[in-house]
Formats: sequence, C-alpha cells, structure tokens
Amino acid sequence: MDTTNTQTEAQEAHVEEPVKEIPMVRALFDDDDVLLKSVAAIREKGYKIQEVFSPFPVHGLDHALGLKGTRIAIAAFMYGLLGLSTAITMTYYMMIVDWPMNIGGKPSMSWGENMPAFVPIMFELTVFFAAHLMVWTFFIRNGLYPGRKAMNPDPRTTDDMFMMEVEVLGDREDLEGLLKETGAVELQ
Amino acid sequence: MHYESPIREPLILGEKNYHDVSIEVARPIETSPPRSWWIAFSISLLLFLWGIGNILYTIGTGIGTWGLNKTVGWAWDITNFVWWVGIGHAGTLISAILLLFRQKWRMSINRSAEAMTIFSVIQAALFPGIHMGRIWLAYFVFPIPNSFGSLWVNFNSPLLWDVFAISTYFSVSLVFWYVGLIPDFAMLRDRAIKPIQKHVYGILSFGWGGKAKHWQRFEEVSLVLAGLATPLVLSVHTIVSMDFATSVIPGWHTTIFPPYFVAGAIFSGFAMVQTLLIIMRKMFKMEHYITIQHIEMMNIVIMLTGSIVGVAYITELFIAWYSGVEYEQYAFLNRATGPYWWAYWSMMTCNVFSPQFMWFKKLRTSIMFTFIISIVVNIGMWFERFVIIVTSLHRDYLPSSWTMFSPTFVDIGIYLGTIGFFFVLFLLYARTFPVIAQAELKTILKSSGESQKEHHTEDGHH
Repeated sequence: MDTTNTQTEAQEAHVEEPVKEIPMVRALFDDDDVLLKSVAAIREKGYKIQEVFSPFPVHGLDHALGLKGTRIAIAAFMYGLLGLSTAITMTYYMMIVDWPMNIGGKPSMSWGENMPAFVPIMFELTVFFAAHLMVWTFFIRNGLYPGRKAMNPDPRTTDDMFMMEVEVLGDREDLEGLLKETGAVELQ
Repeated sequence: MHYESPIREPLILGEKNYHDVSIEVARPIETSPPRSWWIAFSISLLLFLWGIGNILYTIGTGIGTWGLNKTVGWAWDITNFVWWVGIGHAGTLISAILLLFRQKWRMSINRSAEAMTIFSVIQAALFPGIHMGRIWLAYFVFPIPNSFGSLWVNFNSPLLWDVFAISTYFSVSLVFWYVGLIPDFAMLRDRAIKPIQKHVYGILSFGWGGKAKHWQRFEEVSLVLAGLATPLVLSVHTIVSMDFATSVIPGWHTTIFPPYFVAGAIFSGFAMVQTLLIIMRKMFKMEHYITIQHIEMMNIVIMLTGSIVGVAYITELFIAWYSGVEYEQYAFLNRATGPYWWAYWSMMTCNVFSPQFMWFKKLRTSIMFTFIISIVVNIGMWFERFVIIVTSLHRDYLPSSWTMFSPTFVDIGIYLGTIGFFFVLFLLYARTFPVIAQAELKTILKSSGESQKEHHTEDGHH
C-alpha cells in the first residue's frame, strides 16, 4: 500500500517549517522496544532528541525522553469546579432569586433547603464542563484542528514505524552510526 | 516487558504484526462491502424512511395519532426512550469502566460499542422530542431567557434533570469517541491513495502525527474522560429511573429503581453489542480481533446483570407485599395476573430465565446461541419498560377510568423507524470508520497476540 510515490508526496505535505532549519537526522525504527533502548543510548551520549513519532503510545517513552508530566488532569479538575459553580449560581438565581415557586407544597425558601433537588444538575454540569473544556484544551495545546496538515514527516509512522528526530551535534556520521548501531532501520 | 501469563487466552488471533493490524482495520473502508451489507442496509433504510413518514405525520397531525388515552398518557414513546438510552449504556461501560479496571479485552470492541452508544442515544432523544407535540418549541427545555418574563425551567423536576443528563451523556460520549478516533483516522489518512479519502480523513484526523508529548496527553485525557464517564453513565439511568421513582404512581414509587435500572441498562446494552458485533465480525471478517473469548466475556456480563435484574424483580414483589399498601400490592398483582400478564411473563422469561443458560460454557461460547439470546434479552428489556410504564398506569386509583392501551400503526412505525435509523447509522459507520481502536490494540499485540504469546512460551521467557 505504501508506494514510494505516495510516500514522497506525503512527505512534502507533511514537513513542518521551523523544524527544518535545525540540522537533524531522522531515524526510523520498526520495533518499539528497540526504539526505547535507542532513545536511552542517544540521550546518554548527550544528543538532543527533537521529537519521536509513533503509531501508538509507547509505554515508558515519555520517561525515556525526559518529558515532564502533563497537567491536563489538573486543568480538568479546575474546569469541573467551574461547572459546579455555574450550576450553583444558575439554580440559585433562577429558582431562589428571580422566580421562586412553590412546587408540591415545598416552597423555594433558600438554596440550601432546595439543594438536594439540584444535585443532579450540579453533577451533570461538573462533568460537562470538565470533559468538554479538557478536550478543547487537549486540541489547542497539541495544535490539532480540522484541516491541519499532518504533523508526522513520514506516513509510515501511523502504521508500523517509529521515527526519532535527533539534532546533529558535531559529526553527522557519528550520530548516524550510533543510530544504526542501536537498531535504526532507515536514516533520512 | 510485554509478558502476560500463558494461562490467559490470546486476545488477537493469528500471526500478526503491527502492519497487519492496520491493513485489516482499514479493509472494510478500502474494499467494497459484501452483498450482506447491502441487504442489511437496504432493509434498514426502508424502515428508517417509514419511520420518518410516521414522525412527520405525528408532527403534522398531533399526538392523537398515537394510541395514548387519558389514563395511559405515557406508553410506547417513553418505553422506547428508556430502552434506547439503556442500550447505550454498555458502550460507556466497555470504554470507560473497563478502562479504569484495565481490562484489555475491551480494546477490540470499545470503538463499536461507543458508536452504538451514540447512535442509540440519538434514537432515544427523538422520543421526548416528538412527544412534546410542538417540537419547534423544544428549546423551552433549556434554561434560556425568554419573552414570558422570568419564567425559568423547573430545576426540581426529574424531567429537567433528564435534559441535562442526556445532553451531557451524549456530548461527552461523542468527544470521548472522537478523541479515540483521531489517531486511527490519521492511520487511514496516511494509507489512503484516493485523493478524496485522503482529504476527508485528513480533515477528520485534525493533523494528528503521533508525537510523544501528544500521546502522553492523549493517554491522560482518555483516563480522565473514563473517570468522568463512569459516574456519568451511572447517573444517566439513575436520573431516567427518577422520572418514575419520584412520582406517586404505585409500581413506580420505589427506591430500588436507580440501581435496578442501571443493571437493566447494562444488561440490554451488552445484548445489543453482541447482536451488532456478531454480525460485524462475520460481515467484515474480524474474527481474529473479536474472538470467542470476547463473546464469552460479554455473555458473563449478561448473565451477571440479568441475575441482578431478576433479584430486583423479586425484591419489588416482596416489598409490595411487605409494604402493606393495598395500591402497591394491587399494582404488582395486576402486573403478574392482570390483562397484561403476557407482557410480564415475557419479561420474566426473557430477562431472568434465558441468561441463566450462560452458566454453561458450551452455550456461552456458541455464536449462534449467543446471537439468539442477545435478541431475546432485548425483547425482554423492551417488555420490562412496557410493563413498568403501561401496567402501572392503565388501572389507576379510579376504577371507572381503567382502560387498556393498544398501539396504532404510527406507534409501531416510529419504533421500527428508530431501529432502521440505528442500523443505518451503524452500517454506515462500519464502512467508513476504523471499527477497531487499532492504535490502542497495537499496544497489546506483543503481550496478547497469539503468535507472540506462543513465541514467549517456546523461548522459555519467564
């Protein structure tokens, strides 16, 4: 399926401008375990790994690359609190302040007394805000949007190949040798 | 590193590498569908069109076209609503709750189960919409400022809680599904040769490239969404049950409704997943991914939840007797021995008796038997809602207004129409979407693939 023709085409369409200016080597791997070992070896030698593209989440890769943990769960918690306060404000304003109603002989005296009836709304809005705003954050932080050009330089990295982009420090051939030695199957 | 005990059955059969997984997941999209797909699609489309006709007739003429009367004011419409919402629950259970429990067998089935959730919630949402009569005023269910002064929605009403619960459930399920789809759309985009396919999957994949940081966030987002969806799915059917439980109708006014409804929802949802997946794995040759083991696991869930539902039915009967309330006692006596006895005993047979066959390994690993039981269970769960709704209403406090309910062709037409609509959506999905979460599945290929597992054992690793 991956003919050379579609590959080069896709590569042209894929390349991202700022990355191109730094001299770097793109190494392709065909196995996630080999990739992990290579990442460790490359970093040990003091090279800087720009990016790794993989078809699926490789466990332990974020640690091997020294990535910081993501704070998106904290953001989701904040969004949840926002949803909860929205629900409280809304029920308070609409049911207690603006138009208090006597429903089933249970007049709306204070928000506290009516609160049990509002629990479902409070819960649903907490979830609604947390989930949707977190996903929006995920899209914005990753720069994902409909119509965005594919970020991976090689289309095989969504199938069965793993690509490491390493910045060239010193001799290019040393780096290429090291990558080959640690299991890269193709260099670009 | 990729070790899994040899006692565990492989989840992916055959000799496969990562590339094979891509090819096989993309195959239904890249090849023309089998004849069986066209037959199923044509029948579904006809039912759907018939349903649209009946819905338009209802909207144009009014709710009087249904079989409702002044005693039985709720019947098939709400039965169908609860039935469809319930079916949706299995999808969230598989994708969220089984993710939190780290059950790897969810990975081959979660995509389709979530698709089923979304498509069935669409069917469910239709019914309250058309039951309003004046559907063009449907926006009144939302708390929006309006021209009638400060008239707000009633936040004390379970019907309004339902509006919030169903909207949240639908939209959160949709984004959960979509976030998971993005890497798979990217795989299809990078494989596509035809320019239109490449373009469409390019837009759908949002430019995903599988960067390390993005995967890290992706996994965190999936986990948090699962954590949010788990209480959400439980809350949805809890709130649906409160539509009944907070009223003062004998047979509805019971505190066991929330857990009883949630168990029933999971029960019917898993049955629907079985119906769909047994057809899909055959139609698109997915037998290596959706294995007998997957079917067996789901049958065990059906057996468990079916038994919970059975316990709930018996508890209801006991509490009705124990309450000492004459009306409550009569409501249940009338269900079992009144004019709707056949509905009650169909429910009992389909929901309590039939899942007990799953205690036998031979039966729960038989595809034909599973398929039959999955349909029987959904018939039973439809009857459960019909029994709860219609038999509780048709003989109310005033014997002079006792009556029976019989559906008109419009009631039947709309119900069949939603079944058609559901299958139209599912069959289109099965041809255009990656039906298996391939990116996620590739992470377990080394530990749970059949040939990889054999390799481990032969080499004497561990």
